Amino acid sequence: MYPSRFRYEAPATIEEVIDLLHDGGGEAKVLAGGQSLIPLMKLRFAAPELVVDINRLAGLDYHRVDPDGSIHVGALCRHADLERSVLLSSKQPTMAEAAPLIADPIVRTRGTLVGSLCHADPQGDWAAVVTALGGYVVAQGRDGRRTIPVDEFVSGPFQNVLAYDEIVVEAVIPPPTGTVAGGYLKLERRVGDFATAGSAVALELSGDVVLRAGIALTGVGASTINATNSAAVLTGRALTSEVIGEAADLAAVAAQPKSDHRGSAEYKRHLVRTFVERILTRVTETQQRAA
Amino acid sequence: MTSLYEEIADGPGEGVPVRRVMITVNGERRTADVEPRLLLAHLLRQGLKLTGTHTGCDTSNCGACTVLFDGKPIKSCTMLAAQADGHEVTTIEGLASASELHPIQEGFKDEHGLQCGFCTPGMMLAAKALLDENPDPDEDEVRWALSGNLCRCTGYQNIVKSVLWAAKKMHADTPADGN
Repeated sequence: MYPSRFRYEAPATIEEVIDLLHDGGGEAKVLAGGQSLIPLMKLRFAAPELVVDINRLAGLDYHRVDPDGSIHVGALCRHADLERSVLLSSKQPTMAEAAPLIADPIVRTRGTLVGSLCHADPQGDWAAVVTALGGYVVAQGRDGRRTIPVDEFVSGPFQNVLAYDEIVVEAVIPPPTGTVAGGYLKLERRVGDFATAGSAVALELSGDVVLRAGIALTGVGASTINATNSAAVLTGRALTSEVIGEAADLAAVAAQPKSDHRGSAEYKRHLVRTFVERILTRVTETQQRAA
Repeated sequence: MTSLYEEIADGPGEGVPVRRVMITVNGERRTADVEPRLLLAHLLRQGLKLTGTHTGCDTSNCGACTVLFDGKPIKSCTMLAAQADGHEVTTIEGLASASELHPIQEGFKDEHGLQCGFCTPGMMLAAKALLDENPDPDEDEVRWALSGNLCRCTGYQNIVKSVLWAAKKMHADTPADGN
């Protein structure tokens, strides 16, 4: 298999990228990691007239923590960079646990977090993780930059709200107000398969009390599900087994799974409930060990 | 080079400029004129006649087409040849020297790490990337590193043994500090 014909440009500046996208008039696609776009082009599900390869842009492969505690992931930061990141393993457990679960090790060499968010696959892991963390993307167009919260950025399966001549330059996780905890668990039939179901939990704690909670679900709906009711029952409370059970049940209620070859809808709900319960219980165990 | 897809495709390209790319393949600088849609796997196999890179699933799943791109493993069916311009690619043909097998190849031979051999080039290059980063992996780390490469024959047991064998061999071959 091979893609249909397209024009290819690999500019060296972001301004050129935006001009090319503008001139492309909606028929242009940005190529970052290419681990979703190229397969789609080979299958002819996507047939852009112009491919704008951003891999020659300098200075977008970063991920860093700013002095205010916010985490910034540039458009060319690969999954593999995040998987090996000492920064994430010490500062952001939900992202750190998700990174090694993206696709397979070879795909992780090339694929990017920002590209994954833009691709907006309902089975995409990063969208759930960044949604749970209350993150946003920074989009750049001809009129400058704007920020878009991730749960508003994804508008449906494989759809985002970017204008045709905008590009996401980075994803940002806002600074936490307390101690950070959480995790990401997913079930896949084999490495590299799409998630049967996945749950992302992001907490900010003051002592035992949850200051902020985010819970988002992968692969159990037409797009990433922000389980706000589940997160809300945690806020302002300590993680007792009762509270954990309540949050896990509400996450399962928020899921909208369909029965398919990966499992029945009820099974997927069960997975969501179990994952949320496991992550929260793990947090309490860590608290007890620290006490 | 530009006509690789023409006989099996929808006629010669019109209006799409061909790009000249320069790629260092197995240490040798190679120049090719490619149409933008040419995949790296096809440039290697059909353009440069390096048929050790296998295309298996052709859907970015199986890892048979794995090559090293600037030292890191990638699926060459999921990269445009144009993207490799100015970069270094190592294929399975670049693993052995003229006179002897690479320890990873020896390991696969010694531990019977292959049956039909189709996945083997990708397995070996994924293993090379692992051992470059982590010269002394345990079994779990080997399995993890190879989890993007599918084998339908072996059940993976002997592949894992082969990589561990190679790690040991490479370790033994490395002179101790001060020598």
